[in-house]
Amino acid sequence: MSGAAPAAVRKTTYREAVRAALREALRSDERVFLMGEDVGRYGGSYACSLGLLEEFGPERVRDTPLSEAGFVGAGIGAAIAGMRPIVEIMTVNFSLLALDQIMNNAATLRHMSGGQVGVPLVIRMATGAGRQVAAQHSHSLENFYAHIPGLKVLAPATLQDARGMLATALKEPDPVILFEHAMLYPMEGELAADAGAVPIDRAAIRRAGKDATIIAYGGTVGKALAAAQALADRGVDAEVIDLRTLRPLDDDTLVASVTKTRRAVIVDEGWRTGSLAAEVCTRLVEKAFYELDAPIARVCTAEVPIPYAKHLEEAALPRVEKIVEAVLGTLGAGHG
Amino acid sequence: MNDATSGPEPSPDFLALDRSEALALLRSMVRVRRFEEKCAELYGAGKIRGFLHLYIGEEAVAAGVIPLLGAEDAIVSTYREHGHALLRGVPAGAIMAEMFGRVEGCSRGRGGSMHLFDVSRRFYGGNAIVAGGIPIAVGLALADRMQGRKRVTACLFGDGAVAEGEFHESMNLAALWKLPVLFLCENNQYAMGTAIDRYESEQNLALKARSYRMEVERVDGMDVLAVRAATRRGVEFVRGGGGPWFIELVTYRFRAHSAYDPELYRSKDEVKHWRERDPIALFEALASERGLLGPDDAAVLEQEADAEIAAAVAFAEAGTLEPVEDLTRDVCAPRGSP
Repeated sequence: MSGAAPAAVRKTTYREAVRAALREALRSDERVFLMGEDVGRYGGSYACSLGLLEEFGPERVRDTPLSEAGFVGAGIGAAIAGMRPIVEIMTVNFSLLALDQIMNNAATLRHMSGGQVGVPLVIRMATGAGRQVAAQHSHSLENFYAHIPGLKVLAPATLQDARGMLATALKEPDPVILFEHAMLYPMEGELAADAGAVPIDRAAIRRAGKDATIIAYGGTVGKALAAAQALADRGVDAEVIDLRTLRPLDDDTLVASVTKTRRAVIVDEGWRTGSLAAEVCTRLVEKAFYELDAPIARVCTAEVPIPYAKHLEEAALPRVEKIVEAVLGTLGAGHG
Repeated sequence: MNDATSGPEPSPDFLALDRSEALALLRSMVRVRRFEEKCAELYGAGKIRGFLHLYIGEEAVAAGVIPLLGAEDAIVSTYREHGHALLRGVPAGAIMAEMFGRVEGCSRGRGGSMHLFDVSRRFYGGNAIVAGGIPIAVGLALADRMQGRKRVTACLFGDGAVAEGEFHESMNLAALWKLPVLFLCENNQYAMGTAIDRYESEQNLALKARSYRMEVERVDGMDVLAVRAATRRGVEFVRGGGGPWFIELVTYRFRAHSAYDPELYRSKDEVKHWRERDPIALFEALASERGLLGPDDAAVLEQEADAEIAAAVAFAEAGTLEPVEDLTRDVCAPRGSP
């Protein structure tokens, strides 16, 4: 971003950024193809691949039957045989139908074969709640996948990452899972006209601050930033970290931030028990215990299948007020 | 649909068989049988651990199928795959060393009996989730199609896999996209300890595949020549771009499902009945009758196999254990690799 002339920026959406990334991937590498339910003629269930069938044809933008295990497994086989498949699963709840393939094959084959079989496969899927689609379309199961050795797990929360993570993921020799929070697709913002590949090995500080660290990923990053803004109005300067990569976690960035702020709140749309938030919390306890001035707090989804009714769904999810409250809690009673 | 499961009469291919082919077929079956018998012995001696699934009784399938595949073709197999790997050319020593958990094993001791891999021979396991390898075979074939290669992916699985959703999803995908997969269903009539009439609504498994508008055959898997003839037709069809082909090979495993199996679920009479249709004895008798094999041939082949296997065991015994520091090696590729 240095140099005399400022880089051109344009208004876009998260959805369009994903589409631009897919288009670039298909254009730049003959081995890349997109496969999944309704990715072609329908244009993608979230319209991410709209227009790509017309541009690249049905071999490379491949509609599949409703066979998650079948087409994820086919993606694994194609990756082994030299292709670079991008497999789209409509939503994380459905990915459980393919969990056998993802865990027992994609994540396992390299090690189980003594290093012979690599699976350079990218799987994209929507995750998260907020659209009143109830308990079989709304969950956040990123932690399931972040539990599995052999996978890399990414959660693009910004336009830059939606645009840039895919290209980097396609260069990985091992399987990568990209979680796109369904509420982010319509998010508008500005993106550099020349935006491209981004690193996928570090967390990012989305807002610098000195009083407390809010750690979030995917769909909760925006809520964390809104909470930081509300806190600023009350004189609290919060730092916001976007994990970006959920496996492997970037411990260094987390520890450095907490060493500075001495307080941490972790925001996670997963259920609290056995959550990614629990893993992040444990690492901070292991690596930065003596830097902490207050117990670590978590803001997670209530332990309930996501309900349909709007007020109940909202009550189940992490909210800005809850994050603000949690941060103030780490600062002690009476602050602000 | 060709249904040739009725009896032990020689298939018409016998008429065209010559002595060298007869010897090769018998050699293949004897090698697998002797290898498996040695595995059972070594398991009893505690040299091999974990699960051990023996192929004894089913040798005609591997011997009739594997040698017909070209070096460029791929094989995806199951956890009962020692014979498939051996006939594919994976060295007996590398297979045995794998079962000994040695770094010289074909999967560096990471896989064991159920996970033999040899990418240099396009042997993609060794998959122990029933039906879990079938979608991978579909994907290997999809890549071949997209890259314009005339290769065949041979996908072996047991009758138990037919009850799994991944089987049906894969049949549908392969048929819908006309992919070059040769599906080979080794129907040994048991899903572990459950007999096929206790778990399948339709026990003619080829008929199930046929419902996906796939070309199918159902053959006597105890008759190595019938297996070979069907495989030849299947390979030719698939390589020619006709789409997938499905062969059901009706066979029987003489030994228990695995080393842990007390075999409470089947009668000794049933096993005895099938042992009378031992594929090696059947072939040897018929080939001898036709003058293709002499009285000493089997003994010579057994001696050769025993020597090969003894060398494999010695190789495995002399193998090294991977240093524990390398425990997490190959979970992911080393940084900077392609």
